[in-house]
Amino acid sequence: MAGAIDPIHQFQITPLLGPVTNSATFMILAVAGVSALLLLGSRERALVPGRLQSLAELSYEFVRGMIHQTAGKHGMVFFPLVFSLFMFVLFCNLLGLIPGSFTVTSHIIVTFALALLVILTVIGYGFAKHGLGFLKLFVPHGVPGYILPLVVAIEVISFLSRPISLSVRLFANMLAGHITLKVFAGFVTMLSAALGGVGLALGVLPLLLTIGITALEFLVAFLQAYVFALLTCMYLNDALHPGH
Amino acid sequence: MIPNAIAVDSATGAPIVLAQAEHGAESHGAEHMASTPGEHGGAFPPFDSSTYASQLIWLAITFGALYFIVAKIALPRLANIVEGRAERIESDLAEAKRLRAESKAAEDAFLKAQADARAKASAIATEAREAVARQSDENRRRLDTEMAAKLAAAETQIAATKQAAMGNVRGIAADAAAAIVERLSGATPATAEIEQAVDATLAR
Repeated sequence: MAGAIDPIHQFQITPLLGPVTNSATFMILAVAGVSALLLLGSRERALVPGRLQSLAELSYEFVRGMIHQTAGKHGMVFFPLVFSLFMFVLFCNLLGLIPGSFTVTSHIIVTFALALLVILTVIGYGFAKHGLGFLKLFVPHGVPGYILPLVVAIEVISFLSRPISLSVRLFANMLAGHITLKVFAGFVTMLSAALGGVGLALGVLPLLLTIGITALEFLVAFLQAYVFALLTCMYLNDALHPGH
Repeated sequence: MIPNAIAVDSATGAPIVLAQAEHGAESHGAEHMASTPGEHGGAFPPFDSSTYASQLIWLAITFGALYFIVAKIALPRLANIVEGRAERIESDLAEAKRLRAESKAAEDAFLKAQADARAKASAIATEAREAVARQSDENRRRLDTEMAAKLAAAETQIAATKQAAMGNVRGIAADAAAAIVERLSGATPATAEIEQAVDATLAR
């Protein structure tokens, strides 16, 4: 019984109904949750908002402020994209914190696909808007000619590593957080199983720790969604203003 | 570790084994059929590329749907609400500002009317005061003129009287001087000489 805790098991992708896997279910749930919040929250269009409308407006103004600060008012072209990314990642992260649920964002392929979407948008919009002028992104102003090749190489590498860092940051945070949670929660049952009554008493310690980590994971869930959206804004800003 | 893992799956993981078998039958039959139940803990799920295609497809479907809902319905509606409120607040503020300006104008008009009335009253008072002053000035001037005329007449009269008196004095003086000279020297002086001497003395 002591081995009943397999911290990796929670990341297993299993089909639930035909082609619908547990991952797909939670993606659908996240989209349904976001849509419900936004659509129900904006249904009454009250001058003085109720709870749900406040929440919807809060998310709207939060993301809008984020774009305004990082990419200026021209960045509002990407408002739907950044808003969708933020809400999707946030809801996937939060839904994953429900015990027994599945965390969509703990899979590198999902986070990498989202990051790639961002980078491809940057590249596509950048070239469409500025043509070859978009390549000025890799040539900073005021750099002496003899080290320019080196600087350009560094800029290109840093640009190419963006989707990797963007996706790995989110993936690793969610993965590590859930493994930690599972391991500490597992200590509770392992102790009681191995030591009986004494173990049950000792199990209070990892239980408290689990509660603390759960609180921390709620923070991480929000923070990683925020960081993902914020970096998206900053990368999109490059597409809007490639000349630094 | 491995005996443990097997124990796990035999105790709790039965549905998963079944599920895997199903999944395997669909696409990657050979691989999954070959994997014993104990091995699934070893293959790290996030790096299991056999699940990538399904995750990507589902991600595309769900995220695409979310993007559509957000871009076409939710954000326009929220923008409507938020901007509508901002506009409402702005128009209310403008209305309040207009009303304030109006009341300020009314107050100004009242103050102006008050000031006008006060100025008018003061003008009337000044005018009355000036009229009185003018009247009294005129009276005084008239009295002055009359007095001056009377004074002049009196002076003329005095001068005439004095002249007459002086004429008498001269005659008496000349007579007296002639008598004195006659008494002292015994000679009768010439009338012209006496008159001359009297005139010279009187002129001094």
